[in-house]
Amino acid sequence: MDWFSLSDQEWTAVHLTLRIASVAMLASLPFGILLGVLLARGNFWGKSILNGLVHLPLILPPVVTGFILLILFGRRGPIGAFLADYLGIVLSFRWTGAALACGVMGFPLMVRSIRLSVEAVDRKLEDAAGTLGAGPLWVFATVTLPLILPGIIAGMILSFAKAMGEFGATITFVSNIPGETQTLSSAIYTFTQVPGGDAAAFRLTIISVIVSMVALMASEFMAYLVGRRVDIE
Amino acid sequence: MTLKFESRHRLGAFELDAAFTSERGVTALFGRSGSGKTSIIRIIAGLTSPDQGKVVFDGDVLVDTQRRIFVPKHKRRFATVFQEGRLFPHLTVQQNLNYGRWFAPKPERSNNVSNIIDLLGIGSLLNRRPEKLSGGEKQRVAIGRALLSSPRLLLMDEPLAALDDTRKTEILPYLEALRDEMNIPILYVSHSVAEVARLADRVVVMSEGKVAMVGAAADVLNQSSILSEDRREAGSVIEGRVVHYDAPHHLATIGFKSSYIYVSGTQVAEGKPVRIHILAKDVMLSTVRPEQLSALNILEGIVSAISVDEARVADVSIACEGTPLLARITQLSAERLGLAPGTRVFAIIKTVALEPY
Repeated sequence: MDWFSLSDQEWTAVHLTLRIASVAMLASLPFGILLGVLLARGNFWGKSILNGLVHLPLILPPVVTGFILLILFGRRGPIGAFLADYLGIVLSFRWTGAALACGVMGFPLMVRSIRLSVEAVDRKLEDAAGTLGAGPLWVFATVTLPLILPGIIAGMILSFAKAMGEFGATITFVSNIPGETQTLSSAIYTFTQVPGGDAAAFRLTIISVIVSMVALMASEFMAYLVGRRVDIE
Repeated sequence: MTLKFESRHRLGAFELDAAFTSERGVTALFGRSGSGKTSIIRIIAGLTSPDQGKVVFDGDVLVDTQRRIFVPKHKRRFATVFQEGRLFPHLTVQQNLNYGRWFAPKPERSNNVSNIIDLLGIGSLLNRRPEKLSGGEKQRVAIGRALLSSPRLLLMDEPLAALDDTRKTEILPYLEALRDEMNIPILYVSHSVAEVARLADRVVVMSEGKVAMVGAAADVLNQSSILSEDRREAGSVIEGRVVHYDAPHHLATIGFKSSYIYVSGTQVAEGKPVRIHILAKDVMLSTVRPEQLSALNILEGIVSAISVDEARVADVSIACEGTPLLARITQLSAERLGLAPGTRVFAIIKTVALEPY
């Protein structure tokens, strides 16, 4: 198994990718739940526009998404300048920027999964909880949230898997700096560009395939759990 | 306790325009499906806000559209038992039962958890999940969950309608025990004469979104115009008291006005007030006093009216010394016996056909 031992640069890329994917997933989770519930239950003007905006990263070429992020969150972009001047947060060419790009790219998948599970919740159960004395927040915490949990977990896994494989938006927004923004995908891309880098690219590819497969199977299992719960009602 | 209800509410082509007052005990909202019973329950529970109306419970204004008052459902403390049970699928039976109790204000939190669990016979189900329960068990747990939230009023929206007859007869005794042992006013929605006859003290009859009749259960249920809605259930309701219980034969003698009737069934205390629903199809008629007959109940009376329907079945109303009785016989039998208003007849009722108490 000697040929499979990873070099420092490869290890760093794997570590960094896992960290970026985890942060992207966790940071987008509260927004994902909020928008999933809002889109499933809300009845307001501009709902379809909001829905379109959320799904935009799924349809746009990733490079375009990365470029929009660069314009908005770059050092001189309107949001980026504000974050840097008042909060001291710089996203461009940092791993946090890579996490933002991955989070944005995975967001439609997460929202979609949560939205579907919220739509599957029987609102009659929430009414029943209300007549038993539970206020709206309590109803959400004790009835809605436990029932949509499989959907939330499935959404998290999809977002994580998307982040693991994100390439276009990340490389456009934060470039490909080893040790800072070089993720698995950009590392593989780099290795394929240099002579003799095939072995390293192959090793990282195997890791990438394994992580994605595990994430996908976990997501399928969660979807199965959601389906079963809907059956019972 | 008094519940005052008046509302106008439009739902598509259906219009509800009803007002009634309900006192302590069990008030039944009775009527065929689509008559507005469930809309009323939803407005009282706080699940629907009426277009116009007022709901007042013991001086506490819950809904007043003119003064723009609408108390949200979780602050009303009117627990509701729905037709489909609506148990929480992610919680065990025990957790379902505790759910409402947890939201009840501390000083009023019910301390008789074990009493209620015994009363409903759900002690052996506590660790199960709702999906593993039968329809009847689910409904008993749903009733327990509602009771343990210490409600000021218990709303029951056709709690037995989704169950088959066997399950119904399994749950009815629990509901009767509930009515007799718990001091909680109940508003009970049903379209079944048998259920209403057994449980209700007062009946509000709904028809096409309006209140058609209000009154004591026996009085309202003996109006044949109401019963004729479902002819299989047509019959008469008689109120009386247990005057004697014959333990070896499991026979109770029920006395009402000046007659007696035997009902076979389980042990009951003498003096207990009971209501019996006698289905018209279980009543036979004879013009001479029958002898050597197995039926124990033979009541003498005078035919007061005969109505024949298009299926050539005659509904014969009989006054048995002040007690109204209804018999369904074929038109042929009525002709053979020469029945006409004023004819003296003997009504024969099989004892085992009667629902005990």
